[in-house]
Amino acid sequence: MKANKKKPKKEGEKMTSKKSEKLIDKKGIRLDGRKVDELRPVKMEVGVLPNADGSAYLEQGRNKILVGVYGPKEAHPRHIAQQDRAVIQCRYHMAPFSVDERKSPAPSRRDIELSKVIREALEPAVFLEYYPRTSIQVYIEILQADGGTRCAGITTAALALADAGIPMRDLVVACAAGKAGGKIALDLMDTEDKVGEADVPVAFMPNLNAVTLLQMDGNLSVDEFNTAVDMAIGGCKKLYEIQKEALKSKYVSEGVKEE
Amino acid sequence: MPLFYEKKQLVIPGDLLAEGDYVSGDSTYKTDGKIYACRLGLVDYDGKRVHVVALKAFYIPVPGDLVIGNVVETTPGGWVIDIKAPHLARLRASDVVERSFKPETTDLPSIFDVGDLIIAKVVAYDRTRDPQLSVREPGLGKIMRGQLVEVTPTKIPRIIGRQGSMVGMIKRETGCQLTIGQNGLVLISGRSAEDERVAIMALRKIERESHTSGLTDKVTEMIRKERKAVESK
Repeated sequence: MKANKKKPKKEGEKMTSKKSEKLIDKKGIRLDGRKVDELRPVKMEVGVLPNADGSAYLEQGRNKILVGVYGPKEAHPRHIAQQDRAVIQCRYHMAPFSVDERKSPAPSRRDIELSKVIREALEPAVFLEYYPRTSIQVYIEILQADGGTRCAGITTAALALADAGIPMRDLVVACAAGKAGGKIALDLMDTEDKVGEADVPVAFMPNLNAVTLLQMDGNLSVDEFNTAVDMAIGGCKKLYEIQKEALKSKYVSEGVKEE
Repeated sequence: MPLFYEKKQLVIPGDLLAEGDYVSGDSTYKTDGKIYACRLGLVDYDGKRVHVVALKAFYIPVPGDLVIGNVVETTPGGWVIDIKAPHLARLRASDVVERSFKPETTDLPSIFDVGDLIIAKVVAYDRTRDPQLSVREPGLGKIMRGQLVEVTPTKIPRIIGRQGSMVGMIKRETGCQLTIGQNGLVLISGRSAEDERVAIMALRKIERESHTSGLTDKVTEMIRKERKAVESK
């Protein structure tokens, strides 16, 4: 988890060199058996919550994320409404049972920050100016966390928004790359994220070829950073194909056939 | 000027539909001469117009639309009505009450109370202000009986059919009265619960199979079959 990241990093400064070797073995295989440029197994499902206007569920490795979307509807409280566009109210929330040590269900500093960056990653994709004075609510529940939940949250939220019938310029898909065990690797999991050297989450709109979120945590050289961004965008494109399938398959199973 | 998808193909937001001299229709948008889908749905071309029949959307009021709404609040000057649009609609008491309306003497809840369902017409809406409704036309006003069915607003044109062929058929075959709200609510009132049940089944079938052709005939067949099955019992 990013929240716990600062501390273990300082304490583990000495351990880094030792553990780094372990993160990726000589053959280039990672702790969970993946190659450096491999994603975790992903499963996506759309329209899982009948009571929400739109919803989606995602599993990426050991991450389990559920997103519900409402709106656009009247903004409450009234003062948050904007006269010229809709607002997205985004809540990223980790369930108390989502991590090893029980997490307080109250929104933490990290939860609030992630809610903001996820909102800002989604905003460019939605036609907010079509629905002034309204709000679109996005609730992201992390049921189980294993690193890279902000990215997985964005990917799932984009699916839920599309499922709600909210007009979008493009889907948003997010994936992280980083440096673990001295090598640039795709889609870091929790241990790699905590012990590793750096993490670069990227959110991307594939058809418009535009980046909506780019963060970096840790240390990378310029070359390493460029490689990581390229790798993350590559991962996004792979995830996009799965996202596409997930969105279409809900309706194909409901009887709409592609002709 | 290429088109990238066949008619009735399933597309998702962001899919490039057409390039060049085309006009962007429902659930699409145009930038730099390129037309993209902005909702999940089925592509359709209509001359130069490219549009997507969204599989799910919400209702955007258009002046002149007939809608079915739920009264959520009475205020001194009128009512607030939920028409399943992004904004709550307003119905002014002075438009409803005959002759002179005085907020202090007129008992508004005795006309429409919270929880009542009403049929109304949208008279004004421009996104900067809440939609205005009116009930000053025959056939509008409080709903006294019947059953409500909710469908996605984008499927309403299919339920109506070409020049009302589909609703006309359902009315004839089931003997039910159908009031179709453009906001996706359909009121069905028949002589018996059985008539209403068959009409609801027909609507559900249309919603499910709205993309197929020859649907009117299929629905007619289904209704007749259903009727026979009941009669033989």
